[in-house]
Amino acid sequence: MLAFIRTVFAAVALVLIGASAQAYDDPWPDLQEALFPGKTLASGDAFIRITAPERAYDAAVVPLAIDFDLAKMQGIAVKTMTLVIDKNPAPVAAVFHYPDGTANPSIGTRVRVNEYTNIHAVVEAADGRLFLATVFVKAAGGCSAPANKSVADAQEHLGDLKLKVPKEASADQPSKIELLIRHPNFTGMQMDQVTRNYVPADFIQTVNITHDGKPVLSIEGNISLSENPAFDFWLKPKSQGVLRVNAEDSNGRKFERVWMVPAAS
Amino acid sequence: MRCLAVLVILLTFLTARARADEPASLPVKEIAPGVYVHHGVHEEATVANEGGIANIGFVIGDAAVAVIDSGGSPMEGRALLKAIRQVTALPVRYVINTHFHPDHVMGNAAFAGAEIIGHKNLPMGLLARRATYVANYEVVFGTGSAKDAIVVPTHLVADRESIDLGHRVLEIRAFPTAHTDSDLIVIDQSSKTLFAGDLVFLERTPAIDGSILGWLKAIAQLRQIPADRVVPGHGPVTAPWPAALDPEQAYFELLLRDIRKLLADGGSLQQATDTIGLAARGHWRLFDSYNARNVTAAYTELEWE
Repeated sequence: MLAFIRTVFAAVALVLIGASAQAYDDPWPDLQEALFPGKTLASGDAFIRITAPERAYDAAVVPLAIDFDLAKMQGIAVKTMTLVIDKNPAPVAAVFHYPDGTANPSIGTRVRVNEYTNIHAVVEAADGRLFLATVFVKAAGGCSAPANKSVADAQEHLGDLKLKVPKEASADQPSKIELLIRHPNFTGMQMDQVTRNYVPADFIQTVNITHDGKPVLSIEGNISLSENPAFDFWLKPKSQGVLRVNAEDSNGRKFERVWMVPAAS
Repeated sequence: MRCLAVLVILLTFLTARARADEPASLPVKEIAPGVYVHHGVHEEATVANEGGIANIGFVIGDAAVAVIDSGGSPMEGRALLKAIRQVTALPVRYVINTHFHPDHVMGNAAFAGAEIIGHKNLPMGLLARRATYVANYEVVFGTGSAKDAIVVPTHLVADRESIDLGHRVLEIRAFPTAHTDSDLIVIDQSSKTLFAGDLVFLERTPAIDGSILGWLKAIAQLRQIPADRVVPGHGPVTAPWPAALDPEQAYFELLLRDIRKLLADGGSLQQATDTIGLAARGHWRLFDSYNARNVTAAYTELEWE
């Protein structure tokens, strides 16, 4: 039963509520200096909305959305976005790289959250300006939670790629597309069944998405992404063309798949 | 006279404390001749309930006893053993774990000398979760309390097997992934009693820690098994069969239908956890603790369809 897991969540919650009542030991200033040395980060609140459940139901699968208000972004062309889960053992969860002319840089994904923490989205514009948005999530144990509800299934399907394109998608219209990757995304903090050591980290490291040969999005991933990494992103295809996804994991395994987007009518 | 009163009070207190260190016998109900079950409370594990939140029981044959699920702590396991000794002196030859969740296996250590039986996936599943279970257990019961508490089955069942307790055959059947990927059921032929483990939940919200589709398939298979009664993993110690399957089937079908519809409409995981399953709330205990996790598990399974 999940009863014990619930118990530890409750216990940790109580401890951390107590802790936060005194002081949130904030690692962000050091993280910011390490990741963006000497740079000024302006507030992105005018055009970036970062959302996550206030209290996660499953710390290993926390939905996170970063939505951009395009109308409020005059003169801001987004080049990269870095997601940082401040208190995770590997705080940089992902970096998203956008090609010139990206119409809508909004992203959705799922992350592991190891303890109550701020999550920061740092957006880099083409002109070098940096913008910041923040959300606080209450969760615990996401990085050490056991993986694989069905071990046999996970092994059989490792590397399967699935793309979800809305039925009404058409050329020259922006569509929200979802990419799913079957991969355990082992954090290196989960216990191995036989050796009684930690399962070595084994995670999706890079994802490249192109459409009709042109870059759409590149993602650098890390262990803070959930098992079976999932990404929503926006695509405005000029015409029907081949959407190609190439993914590689930290063990050098390569996965590739292509789809026709928009689908043939 | 006062000295005597004080002495009596002191003696009562001291003997009461001595008795408190020895486990009380676990209360059990004989639901069929030679078939005994203890009722697990609908709570999270606490010191007060000793982790006794699942239904656990035993079956007595002419030569031996089999325990079906050993409880949520070694204390509960020892209390179960006491309950067994109140009704029989026969050896406990087998402990059958219906799956790897801690409320069903943490009493294994109380049954030294018994052969521990589980699904072929159980050792892997339990050892993968061991650090988490130990940490969670020790938050409740104290640092070091889980030392040696996790005992893994050595007798593994891949499909079907029978064990004989002495003119009393128990049939053990392994299932594909449903509640977990280590689910087993036990059928006592003599009394036509089905111990379903957590493949059947009544009253307490079922927890999907395996596969919603697999669990619905398991429910369909379970319906084919004739039995006079079922012992669910959580809920009353005995329940009508196969009617006991109806509430959880309805809940899973609700989740299945609403999640599939949301997926077809392009809805997100966040929307799913915010809106799905709520119609079932009044029918299940601890619903708010488990429904959103079930929705998360089912959504992340069904999005691959």
